[in-house]
Amino acid sequence: MAKDHASGPEDYESLIEQVLEAYPAKAKKKRTKHLQVSQPDPEGDPDPATGIASKCDTTKSNIKSIPGVMTVRGCAYAGSKGVVWGPVKDMVHISHGPVGCGQYSWSQRRNYYIGKTGVDSFVTMQFTTDFQEKDIVFGGDKKLGKMIDELEELFPLSKGTTIQSECPIGLIGDDIEAVARQKNKEHNKTMVPVRCEGFRGVSQSLGHHIANDAVRDWVYEKGDGGAAKEYEPGEYDVNVIGDYNIGGDAWASRILLEEMGLNVVGNWSGDATLAEMERAPKAKLNLIHCYRSMNYICRYMEEKYGIGWMEYNFFGPTQIAASLRAIAEKFDDKIKENAEKVIAKYQPLVDAVNAKYGPRLEGKSVMLYVGGLRPRHVVTAYDDLGMKVVGTGYEFGHGDDYKRTGHYVKDGTLIYDDVTGYELEKFIEGIRPDLVGSGIKEKYPVQKMGIPFRQMHSWDYSGPYHGYDGYAIFARDMDLAINNPVWGMYDAPWKKPEAIAAE
Amino acid sequence: MPQSADKVLDHAPLFREPEYTEMLENKKINYECGHPDQLVQEIGDWTKSWEYREKNLAREAATINPAKACQPLGAVFAGAGYEKTMSFVHGSQGCVAYYRSHLSRHFKEPSSCVSSSMTEDAAVFGGLVNMVDGLANTKALYDPEMIAVSTTCMAEVIGDDLNSFIIQAKEKGSVEADFDVPYAHTPAFVGSHVDGYDNMQKGILSHFWDKAESRTESESINIIPGFDGFAVGNVRELKRILAEMGIADFTILSDVSDVYDTPSDGEFRMYSGGTKLADVPTALNAKATVSLQEYCTPKTLSYCKDKGQETAAFHYPMGVKGTDEFLMKLSELSGKEIPESLRLERGRLIDAMADSQAYLHGKTYAIYGDPDFVFAMAAFIMETGGEPRHCLATNGSKAWAKKMEDLLASSPFGKECQVWAGKDLWHMRSFLNTEPVDFLIGNSYGKYLERDTGTPLLRLAFPIFDRHHHHRFPTMFYQGTLTVLVKMLDLIFDKYDLDTIDPGVTDYSYDLTR
Repeated sequence: MAKDHASGPEDYESLIEQVLEAYPAKAKKKRTKHLQVSQPDPEGDPDPATGIASKCDTTKSNIKSIPGVMTVRGCAYAGSKGVVWGPVKDMVHISHGPVGCGQYSWSQRRNYYIGKTGVDSFVTMQFTTDFQEKDIVFGGDKKLGKMIDELEELFPLSKGTTIQSECPIGLIGDDIEAVARQKNKEHNKTMVPVRCEGFRGVSQSLGHHIANDAVRDWVYEKGDGGAAKEYEPGEYDVNVIGDYNIGGDAWASRILLEEMGLNVVGNWSGDATLAEMERAPKAKLNLIHCYRSMNYICRYMEEKYGIGWMEYNFFGPTQIAASLRAIAEKFDDKIKENAEKVIAKYQPLVDAVNAKYGPRLEGKSVMLYVGGLRPRHVVTAYDDLGMKVVGTGYEFGHGDDYKRTGHYVKDGTLIYDDVTGYELEKFIEGIRPDLVGSGIKEKYPVQKMGIPFRQMHSWDYSGPYHGYDGYAIFARDMDLAINNPVWGMYDAPWKKPEAIAAE
Repeated sequence: MPQSADKVLDHAPLFREPEYTEMLENKKINYECGHPDQLVQEIGDWTKSWEYREKNLAREAATINPAKACQPLGAVFAGAGYEKTMSFVHGSQGCVAYYRSHLSRHFKEPSSCVSSSMTEDAAVFGGLVNMVDGLANTKALYDPEMIAVSTTCMAEVIGDDLNSFIIQAKEKGSVEADFDVPYAHTPAFVGSHVDGYDNMQKGILSHFWDKAESRTESESINIIPGFDGFAVGNVRELKRILAEMGIADFTILSDVSDVYDTPSDGEFRMYSGGTKLADVPTALNAKATVSLQEYCTPKTLSYCKDKGQETAAFHYPMGVKGTDEFLMKLSELSGKEIPESLRLERGRLIDAMADSQAYLHGKTYAIYGDPDFVFAMAAFIMETGGEPRHCLATNGSKAWAKKMEDLLASSPFGKECQVWAGKDLWHMRSFLNTEPVDFLIGNSYGKYLERDTGTPLLRLAFPIFDRHHHHRFPTMFYQGTLTVLVKMLDLIFDKYDLDTIDPGVTDYSYDLTR
């Protein structure tokens, strides 16, 4: 039985082979390319922060999932409505199509915000055109237009509307762009049609890209500048891009940037207002946390407005310090000195957290399977606690994500792209790590196996995990997951292990 | 510095620390470009007015905070209740991620289901290849005994024909010709999850029953539980009652009680329990099929009737009369007397209601949820001397509304109740603001109404995300009704205590004994 496997270094190559045996030939051939063990990279330059150079960029990624295998992936709508646009708090986001998509994603990403919900903020509400058969047959443009009018009456303080397309929209030939243009004229508010139908692309990832393009097209190219018109930029203005404020992540990050003297003029898109998006092109620098979901708009702003961008990582003290210093490098000596002050200020907290939780977590092994950033970004936070990531993979990473992963994971790490339910279960069973970090669909199967688990999308309803304040919570959460007494009670005392194994 | 290792502050207290409140205030003033506080206050107050309610009720196109999901969710739930059955949803893959998450968040259990992962090319050429490969992969990896196929709206819009696709897939050797692959078309733009449940039940039954040459009537009774967030507790309670009645010859069609309640003992059971597949073909011979939830089974029951079975349907047998009627029907169909033990159980429920009647009498309620549940809840509240004032089902039909009105007219406690078919929870917000009630009964989404209107919420409808394990206990029949009664009383007593807890001000009424 799974829980009686010993943990420890396994022969991951043969584990992969073993797991692939279950597939029919066509599927096996395809899946083989997504599973590998990271290799040493003697020619690569070790990462300055981690000192690591390994290779896992030969893993195939960002291609179609195989039918019937239980992929964990979602869709483009999830990437646009669920991730990029949904957290923008002063706009109404319409789930355009049947009722389900909006219902299942309602309030599930924990994008914290301050505001009066239903009055000036709308994040935890479910707006839908609730398509019926007649809307499929005759088209839904009229209903959509009417809905926007009704919302204008009921929610006069909204700053605009986004139209998040569900599958049928692109199939029935609706012209949501025409509706958006018309309603923009009538109400003089920002209207953003997003073509994020769930069948587009292979995962959430294309939805991120489409959502980024919609910001470009409908906020910048077609907008009148909005909040940017009046704004006098300052020399320390930055935008935080790709922080969705899950459990307050963006707030625990913002506080550090402000302490070092920077002005965060826009946070995308957790706790964001439309004004923060409009004003973004006036900032000096874009700081990007979730590269996968928002690099597109950064590249656009670089090209169009000449704003530089850089990636950073606020998980765990090693990366936080390295990131604060790297960010400060882009500014003057005052900021550089401030960065050192901030790092010094929080060092006692880091030491206290490590002293308290380190001994309880030292040497524990972790397997991760998350979205497009955290499979690499949190690895070093576990390192900070003395834990070891032995396997990791992305639901919807691309080649550039796997390339970056080589700076985080040591060679010999098991890498799985778009893992299937079957593979993940077998890998976990074979490796038997001390902790698995993944999503809600993976949580309960893993816990049944007697292995501690933390949801690493929603922080398992905890958080923040970003920043120094978040690191304390992260450490505490890993401890409470791993060191809870429940894991020791799985075997009934009157049943001998052999008897259980024989079943 | 607010955070410390000694006492790690979670998000709620952390962001109330002065460093953060100051930071967020600065963000608001300098960068958010929000509306002035006074305007926000004014508009907020206006949303609670009768004028706003009228605008809100005049909506024709916008749906805001609906209390319903889409068909395939119900189909996946129905399929899960059969032995070693994998649900396979043909269409876009994101949908399946959503159903699995939704069910897992409610039951705190694994939820297994696969997708045929159709993308743009399948939208153009159809998803036949996805079906062919998908069935083969599912069979090879997850070793099911049956694969229950339903559809997302994408596959419905492009017109994929499941019957033809499954036949072709079998011809291509995806699965053996005799492998059970029942199916149901479950368009998300028709009805709701309760209709998906109905369609899949009918799909599974017709898969097994239509190939039978003849039907030889037996004494057996089929029971269909319907879509129910409390199915784990309720189906087990149903089995106990059948045992008490001495009815051994029955088939529960879709039994999820062990599926969404597997033990933690080191093994992940992808499949557990469920209706035995061997029992499904013989269920055709049953003398009757009984549905516990009429609005979850209209097509299925009509199909059973066409096959020559007697049918009967209930509305979530909860409450005294609701349970009485169900037991009497069971007795009539089986020829078994209702045993003394169940009469005593009934008496104990009545005893509890009598003991607490002073606290229950005259309390007013708003109820929302699936049509059958709302019916049962309203009926039981009236039995306690409480008064339903708003009964809402987003997926309720005109026929449901009529039935509700008849029920409410049958009791003086129902006189002031309004029935809202097809309305949503943003409408409910207006109702609670303009015509307040003492308590709200619904699901976890009701917490936003509790926040906005101050109406204490009792979670008795699917989905319940923010309270754990209630689904393990029954809400149906006498025993389940007792659980519901206790939950109602806890809420009522908590309110009494909360209203009288101010020391030296209201605590003269903070009574020890109530």
